[in-house]
Amino acid sequence: MSGLSRRERQAWGFVAPALIAIAVFFAIPVVSALLLSLTDFDIYALADLKNLRFVGLQNYERLLTNPLFWGAMRNTVWFSVLGVPLAIAASLAAAVILNARTVKWRPIWRVIFFAPYVTTLVATAVLWNYLLQTRYGVINWILTSVGLPAVDWLGDPATSIPAILMFVVWKIFGYNMLIFLAVLQTVPDDLYEAARIDGAGPWKSFRHVTLPAIAPTLLLVSIISIAGFFQLFAEPYVMTQGGPAQSTVTVLYFLYEEGFKWWNLGSASAVAFILFLCIFAVTMVQLWVSRRLGGDHT
Amino acid sequence: MRIRPRVLLLNLGVAVIALIVLFPLLWMLSVSFMSTGEAAAFPPPLLPRVWTLEHYRDLFVNQGMGRYLWNSFVLASLATLLALGFTVPAGYAFAKLAFRGRDKVFQLLIGALVIPAQIGTLPLFLMLKSVGLVNTYAGALVPWLASIFGIFLVRQYALSIPDEMLEAARIDGASEGQIFRQVVLPTLSPIIVTLALFVFLGSWNDFLWPLIILTDQSNYTLPVALAALSREHVQDIELMMAGAVITVAPVLVLFLALQRYYIRGMLAGSVKG
Repeated sequence: MSGLSRRERQAWGFVAPALIAIAVFFAIPVVSALLLSLTDFDIYALADLKNLRFVGLQNYERLLTNPLFWGAMRNTVWFSVLGVPLAIAASLAAAVILNARTVKWRPIWRVIFFAPYVTTLVATAVLWNYLLQTRYGVINWILTSVGLPAVDWLGDPATSIPAILMFVVWKIFGYNMLIFLAVLQTVPDDLYEAARIDGAGPWKSFRHVTLPAIAPTLLLVSIISIAGFFQLFAEPYVMTQGGPAQSTVTVLYFLYEEGFKWWNLGSASAVAFILFLCIFAVTMVQLWVSRRLGGDHT
Repeated sequence: MRIRPRVLLLNLGVAVIALIVLFPLLWMLSVSFMSTGEAAAFPPPLLPRVWTLEHYRDLFVNQGMGRYLWNSFVLASLATLLALGFTVPAGYAFAKLAFRGRDKVFQLLIGALVIPAQIGTLPLFLMLKSVGLVNTYAGALVPWLASIFGIFLVRQYALSIPDEMLEAARIDGASEGQIFRQVVLPTLSPIIVTLALFVFLGSWNDFLWPLIILTDQSNYTLPVALAALSREHVQDIELMMAGAVITVAPVLVLFLALQRYYIRGMLAGSVKG
């Protein structure tokens, strides 16, 4: 008995530092956020806690009637609705191409395609600001040299979201590409060979061999990507500061301004919780889907 | 050897895509060597007329870039050491040491992965403010201590350590601490490199938390400084690109040197999880 408890005590010694850190710096803040969202914590409470009052669900009520908050929700949904299919399509296309046996130097291309993912978001966002610049930007130069009109990418509310998405897709497509590649490499060559003998062209063999093989991964990756697109912040912060005309204010950007610009920490915590509920709902769908697919993917 | 046209076309296509993907980074590098104002022309020049280092000099001499580089480097290194110190022993224990409640606690941690860390940002800021850690390195490092993902990654890897190996060491009279240092750590070294790389790059590239917690300019990390600089110097394309090169180059080089560890760990954490 004492031997066992000694070993157990030692085992707890290994996990205790990490568990304490998680409790103090993660669990307590998350629970406090819920409590904070039920108060009117603002700049006056920051100065003196005596000014703090419990206000129930008032922050939530006020948010749900605030057009700026709904604007942020709408923009975030637009980012996801447009961005997820675009990013996944780019990842999948790159993975299918790189999976072809006849492509030479595949490891080199793989690293090049993945490189933007590890770059510093703020630095490459600044870089893309210049690529997207109306007068001197490379992208408009390409457009005008093929006879298309120049676009005021980041200055027009109609194009600001697509412009940021171009940057985001460039930056992240390599990540899901690697995941798709790993799955594609498990598809036996015989299947492609059989399809070829049956007279299937590249499109048919993609439809009937590749797609069924990666369908479960495709679905899960899509759902995980939605959660990622719900957390866009640095992109609008650096590239547009939420503009023009609030067209790129995301939920997280709204949270940041509410909390750290206006110091409405109570209300900002309510935003955090609404964001959490949205991501939680998406994750529940993901778990449900992965369970239905047999549970071998998490 | 006969090269079929379709194969040639495919290879050419891949090369063109690679060029498009690399173009922004190459353009950034090229513009950083241009003279002031040179990039603001139409059509945009692709290579500098005269190569100059004036913007790099300006950044280090007048804009305090050396300080930001140092902050980023120190914070990323400390974050890496701390994260390893906290998560590696825990990940190993969750995989290989028996203690009551182990599986329940682990389940709870996995469940908590659903919660985005940003939820706790505001209370964490207030907590750190009340103990005077706002605008300190310590405050910036705090989130890296509590990495559930790191524990998960190490545990998955540690599961493959054979129990007989640990038992043999115990029979030889080694203490649990000795076993961890002399038997377990060497076996775990690939995943430790992976985790170290994740944390270092993660800390180096992180933006929201340092933006909130590091309020004084002298404590800014590169991304925070660059974001502030880009608001002041919108017109100075060449200067900003030099700043972006300084920010991106270290992580890109580190990734290229250790990419096999990075990619292996990434796939272990996502697909097979």
